[in-house]
Amino acid sequence: MKKSQLLMMVGAILLGALYLLPLWKITLLAPQYPEPLGLNIHITHLSDGVQFNDVKNIDLLNHYIGMAHLPTEENVAKKEVAPFIEFTIFPIVIGIMMLLGVIAGIKGNHKWYLYWLIAMVLLGIAGLTDFYLWLDSYGHNLDPNAILKITDPVTGKPMGYQPPFLGYKKLLNFEVYSFPESGAYFIVVGMLLSFVAYISGKKETK
Amino acid sequence: MKTIFKSFLVMVASALFLSSCAPTTANKETRGNAKGAIAGSAAEKVYVAPGEHDSHYAFISGGFSGQLSVYGLPSGRLFRVIPVFSQDPEKGYGYNEETKPMLMTSHGFVPWGDSHHPDISQTNGSVDGRWVFINENNTPRIARISLTTFETEEIIEIPNSAGNHSSSYVTENSEYVVAGTRFAVPFPQRDMSIKDMKGNFSGALSFLKIDKETGHMNIAFQIKMPGFNYDLSHPGRGKSHGWFFFSTYNTEEANTLLEVNASQNDKDFIAAINWKKIEAYVKNGGGKMMPAKYTHNLWDDDAHTATSTMKKQVLVVEPKDVPGAIYFLPTAKSPHGCDVDPTGEYIIGNGKLAAAMTVHSFTKMIKAIKDKAFDGEKYGIPVIKFEAVNYGILDQPGLGPLHTEFDTRGNGYTTFFISSEVVKWNIKDLKVIDRHPVYYSVGHLMIPGGNSRTPDDKYLVSMNKITKDRYLPTGPEVCQSAQLFDISGEKMELLLDFPTIGEPHYAAGIAADKIAANSQKIYKLSDNKHPFAAKSEAETKVVRKGNEIHIYMTMIRSHFSPDNIEGVKVGDKVFFHVTNLEQDYDVPHGISMIGANTSEMLIMPGRTSTIIWYPKEVGVWPFYCTDFCSALHQEMQGYIRVSPKGSNTPLTYTLDGDIPGEEE
Repeated sequence: MKKSQLLMMVGAILLGALYLLPLWKITLLAPQYPEPLGLNIHITHLSDGVQFNDVKNIDLLNHYIGMAHLPTEENVAKKEVAPFIEFTIFPIVIGIMMLLGVIAGIKGNHKWYLYWLIAMVLLGIAGLTDFYLWLDSYGHNLDPNAILKITDPVTGKPMGYQPPFLGYKKLLNFEVYSFPESGAYFIVVGMLLSFVAYISGKKETK
Repeated sequence: MKTIFKSFLVMVASALFLSSCAPTTANKETRGNAKGAIAGSAAEKVYVAPGEHDSHYAFISGGFSGQLSVYGLPSGRLFRVIPVFSQDPEKGYGYNEETKPMLMTSHGFVPWGDSHHPDISQTNGSVDGRWVFINENNTPRIARISLTTFETEEIIEIPNSAGNHSSSYVTENSEYVVAGTRFAVPFPQRDMSIKDMKGNFSGALSFLKIDKETGHMNIAFQIKMPGFNYDLSHPGRGKSHGWFFFSTYNTEEANTLLEVNASQNDKDFIAAINWKKIEAYVKNGGGKMMPAKYTHNLWDDDAHTATSTMKKQVLVVEPKDVPGAIYFLPTAKSPHGCDVDPTGEYIIGNGKLAAAMTVHSFTKMIKAIKDKAFDGEKYGIPVIKFEAVNYGILDQPGLGPLHTEFDTRGNGYTTFFISSEVVKWNIKDLKVIDRHPVYYSVGHLMIPGGNSRTPDDKYLVSMNKITKDRYLPTGPEVCQSAQLFDISGEKMELLLDFPTIGEPHYAAGIAADKIAANSQKIYKLSDNKHPFAAKSEAETKVVRKGNEIHIYMTMIRSHFSPDNIEGVKVGDKVFFHVTNLEQDYDVPHGISMIGANTSEMLIMPGRTSTIIWYPKEVGVWPFYCTDFCSALHQEMQGYIRVSPKGSNTPLTYTLDGDIPGEEE
C-alpha cells in the first residue's frame, strides 16, 4: 500500500469522529449565567454544552421570546416540534462519505481523492447553509403570543433573535458565541489529509 | 460678698475641670485605641472584593436560635442559616410534612433547640468537609449536617442525658462523635427526692459511632459515670488517639445553689476515657442493654423525606466493669473547656474559677497509670496524683479562662470571660506571649481546624456574649458578635467585628476549597423518589380520597400546573405535593396558600415538598410563588375554588383551560 492510499483512508475514517463528538457549539453568557449555558450540535442530536440540563434550560429561556422548541427527542415525542430531518440524513451522508473515501483509498486513484474532497467541500457548504437557514428560522419565526415582544430600535420591526452564524453577537441580556466544535476539526483534518493524499498520489504516479 | 463670689467661681471652675477629666463612658478610650490599632492594613485583610470568594467557611452555632449559621472568613459575611433544631418558616423546615419528623423526640414534637458546638468530620486528623455535627443542649440531641447540600440529614436523641453540653466532638478519623451530659440525673429516670442526688444520680457519656460511608450515627455505648456535671470534651489525637477527655464540675454533687455549692472543691477532674478499650470490651459482648426511649430521625435524600424511629434500648457500660479504661485527672477549679493540643500531648483544663490553666501531659498520664501513681479513687475510678500527670500550670494569665485552641507553632490561645480578652501563650514554656481585649466577655474562640492535628492557623474568631455599645443600638436586645483576629504574626491583630445570630457558643472553620467544589447545585429530577412527586406536567393531577385532596403539582418558570382547581370543599384536608421541575442552578420556587396554618415552602430544583391546608371558608382562594424566580414571577399564581360542604361541584384541575398532559 502506498503512503497516499493510507492518508486517504485515514482521512475518510476521521469523519467517524462525528458520531461521537459535537460539530458545533453555541455558548450563552449573561449576568445571571456566569457559568455559561452551552448547546452542542451533533450530527444526530443536541447535547448539553457546558453543564447538566443545558439544552432544556436554553429551551426554557427561549419560551420568553416565543422561540420555537429545540428539536430534542423529548420535544419531538411531545409533538412540540417537528423531527429534525438532518439528524437522520447527516449520519447517512457521513457514512457514505467514509465508505467512498475508503474505497477511493483502496482503489489508489489519486483523482478520486480530489473528487472526494470536492464532494466534501460541496457538502460542507450545503451543511453550513442549512445551519444558517435554521438559525434564521429560529431567530425570526416567533410565537405571536410571546411573553416578551421587543422592537428593534433601528428597524422598528419586532426584534429577531438569530444567533451568530460564526463568532459573537449580543442578544438581549445574552452574549452568544457560535463556533465549530471538536467534530468539525476532524472533518477539516480529514479533508486536509485527502488533499495531501491527492498531491502525493499524483507524485507517486509520475 | 466678693470673697463668697470668688470662691464660688473657683468651685465651679474646678468642678468643670474635674468633670472634663472623668471619662464619659468607660470604654470609649479602649474602643478608640482598638480602632486606631486596626486602621489601615486591617481593612485590606478583610476586604473581599465584589464577586470574590472568602478563603474559609465558618460554621457558627446559633445558640438559642437552635440553628447553624454559615459565614465567610475573612469578610464576616453571612451566607446561610441552616435550620437544625428549630422550625424555620423561611425554608419550611419543621413545617412541611417531609421535615416535621426531624424535630420528633421522645417528648413529642419539639419545635426549638439550643445548638452549641459544631465540629467537622475528620480523616487522618484533619477536617475533611464531609459533615458538620452539632449538639442540642436542652432536649439532648446530636445532628449531622451534610456539607454538600448544607441540610440537616440526621438527628439522634441522647437518652439518660440532660443538658447535652460536652458534645459534639469528633475523633480524628470520625470513628465517634460524643455526647456528654451536663446535668447529673437519675439513670434511668425515676421518681425520687432531689435532695438524695448525691451518689444516686449518674452522668451519661455517650459514644455515637459514625458510619464511614453514609455518616449515619448510632449510640454504640453509654458510659454510666458518677453524677458530676460534664462540661466540655475533646478527643485525643496523634499519640493520644483512642482517648477522650471530659471536664467535670460540681464534683461536690450539689443539687441546689450550685454557684456556691458546686464551687467548694479546689480541684475538680478531667475524666480520661480510653474509648478503644471500651470499644473492645463492647465488641466482646461487654455492657448491658438497658431499656430507653429516644428518637432517631433520618433524612432520605432520594425520597426527600425524613422518618422518625423510636429506639427502645441502649447499651450501658459501668466504669467498674472495664478496669483500666477510665481515670480522673485533678484539675483546677470547675474547668470549662477541656482542650487537646495538635500533637495530642497536652490536655488543658481551663480553670474557669481558678484563673489558672492546668496543663496535663499525656506521656506522664500513661506513666502514672503504669506506676499506679493514684491518689485514691472516686466511685471506683482511680484519681491520678496531680503531680504525676501535671505538666505545669499557667498561673494568673487572666480572669475566667474558658476555652483554648492552638496554632501549629506550639501556642495556645485562651479566652478569658471575666477579663474579656484573648491570651496567646506558649504551652511548653508556660509563658504569656500576647494579650488582646475583646468586646465583650468572650466565650469560645475558633481557629479553623481547631479540633484537629492540623489547625489552619491564619485566623482566630472570638465569640462574644455581650456587645453593648459596639454596634448601632436596637433596643434592649442587641446582637452577640464575633471578632476576627489575624494570628499569623507574633502579636494578634484585631481585624473585624461582625454580628452573629443567637448566641455563638462555638464554631468550626475550614478552608473553602475543601467544601466549595463539592457543593451541590440541583437535585436531579431523575433521582427524585418522593412518593408524591410529579416529574412532568403530564403527571400532575388532583385526587380525592374521602375528605383528603392530594394535589400533585409542579412548578417551572413561570407557572404552576395545575393552576385552577375546583371541587374542593369546606372541611377537606388539602395536601399540596409540589415538585420544582427546574434543573438549573439557583432557581428555587416557593408556594404559599392563603390562610394555611403552616409556612410557605421553598423548593429547590428537582425537589418535592408537601404542606397541608384546611379550607375553612367558601370562595375562590389564591396561591402564589413566594420566591422571585423569574421575570414572570409575579404571574406565577393560581386559584382554588372552595365550595360548601356537601356541594356537587366536580373535582377539576386545569392549566390554560386543559387538563395538564392531555392532547389539546
